Amino acid sequence: MTDVTIARTGPDHRAAFRAATFGDALRSEWTKLRSVRSTFWALTVTVVVGIALGALISVAAAHGYAKSSVSEKLSWDPTGVSQSGMLIAQLAIAVLGVLYISSEYSSGMIRTSLIAVPKRGRVLAAKSLVFAVVTFVVGEVTCFAAFFAGQALISGHAPHAALGDPGVARAVAGGGLYLIALAVLSVAAGALLRHPAAAIAAMIAVLFVLPGIAQALPDSWRNPVTEFWPTQAGSQITSVHIAAHTLQPWPGFGVMCLFVAIVYAIAWTLLDRRDA
Amino acid sequence: MIEARGLVKRYGSTVAVNDLSFSIRPGVVTGFLGPNGAGKTTTMRMILGLDAPTQGSVTVDGRSYRDLPAPMREVGALLDAKALQGGRRARDHLLCLAQSNGIPRSRVDEVLRTVGLEDVARRRAKGFSMGMGQRLGIASALLGDPAVLIFDEPVNGLDPDGIHWVRTLMRAQAAEGRTVLVSSHLMSEMALTADHLLVIGKGRLIADTSVDEFVRSSSQQSVHVRSPQVAELAARCRQAGAGVQAGTGPDVIEITGMDSAEVGKLAAAHGITLFELIPVRASLEEAFMELTRDSVEYQAAGATR
Repeated sequence: MTDVTIARTGPDHRAAFRAATFGDALRSEWTKLRSVRSTFWALTVTVVVGIALGALISVAAAHGYAKSSVSEKLSWDPTGVSQSGMLIAQLAIAVLGVLYISSEYSSGMIRTSLIAVPKRGRVLAAKSLVFAVVTFVVGEVTCFAAFFAGQALISGHAPHAALGDPGVARAVAGGGLYLIALAVLSVAAGALLRHPAAAIAAMIAVLFVLPGIAQALPDSWRNPVTEFWPTQAGSQITSVHIAAHTLQPWPGFGVMCLFVAIVYAIAWTLLDRRDA
Repeated sequence: MIEARGLVKRYGSTVAVNDLSFSIRPGVVTGFLGPNGAGKTTTMRMILGLDAPTQGSVTVDGRSYRDLPAPMREVGALLDAKALQGGRRARDHLLCLAQSNGIPRSRVDEVLRTVGLEDVARRRAKGFSMGMGQRLGIASALLGDPAVLIFDEPVNGLDPDGIHWVRTLMRAQAAEGRTVLVSSHLMSEMALTADHLLVIGKGRLIADTSVDEFVRSSSQQSVHVRSPQVAELAARCRQAGAGVQAGTGPDVIEITGMDSAEVGKLAAAHGITLFELIPVRASLEEAFMELTRDSVEYQAAGATR
């Protein structure tokens, strides 16, 4: 400090303190994430379900390949088959992301957190970034492990894929990218809705229920829904084969990111304005 | 220094805090006193930036709380000791708070020792007793070694040892030149801890005064007398301008407006025998109840005071 101000009462060593930074908030949120047991269990479920369920479906699909029809053989997608466990595994990430912030509301910890870091956007940003990075690392490990395990199980029974095949490396790595978007969305949903049960229900609705309902609609309604529904559009980044009425991988992922950004902006604004 | 100017907080049609202005000075313990529901916690939440005031403003060292560059180094607060995640170990709870403000890890162990929780630092907070939880909350307030301390009902749930410890701690912190604001709904607690008092009721400031002044101005004195000639004494006292009320027995009266010496002299002058002559001081609690009588939010049905 260069300017001399009126001496403040109290212990003088406080003059030495520095302003809190975003990096401090990141360290704090990392400690919060690693110091509760639900984190360990949710990530374990992600890895185990992603790999084991993927392996199981790979075995089943590979054994059914010989008996399948010509059109089924034409749309045979060994990469997609090996990644099918992620469809369920993503739920563990969504639940953990929701709980990461909404459990602070249900316990009252959020008040302690916001007294420590009254710049509320910083808390949300730090949480999102920490959780996105953790999810990305766990997601990529799971997706690649599921891919290699799946291809090993498929080979010999049906045509299998290699990372060098067109679109395959992008699709497998894309699993981690998709999970980043999902991670940020679930943290934002938790901040927005504040009640764990409500936010988990909302995530399940977005991921499974509403796309499921769309399947019951007539084609003219269903096609645009499946094409642009954020999580469905986003999951195109994990597909090698692009079906009819779906977006290309990157534009599809872009649609999901745009949706996440909108939800995130609403969550940010409300977090800043509402009484905690 | 905490300064509030025209602070108002409305929740819908309920006015929780109504035009509150005060300054809380360093170096003394300021007691924030009021019945339940008076607006103490709401005011503290506004000081700490958790709730936005409907009108008015409140600053800490001239800045609004949200603008403090390192809040925990400037203000330590304990609002609710249960405001933590029980699944986290005590040490991790303090560590994540310390890290958020760039406070070194070594300080976590220091405050754990200060509050006497070093032996349970690795236990999860949900297994803590109310007293241990309170100590953990106080530890988090002390983490940043702040110049301003804000405690909402800090002795709740503590055993007598713990209560004594908190009082000593608060007084020591104030003696070091810090600003200490502590709320309570118990006047007796404040009388032992605070130097200065802010009394609020129904969101309004009722008194902003030193504890000594408060005690002097609000404690009514009366004289308890037992005498076989009680009727005559009552008449003489009334003549002298004092107030006389019937006491607990047929030969007992309570006299106000005269002190015990005056009553004794009067009795002697008229040859009245006295069996008992006792000066009675209204307790602080009674003084406080008197002061806040009209502003108590919840009153038991039929309660007349």
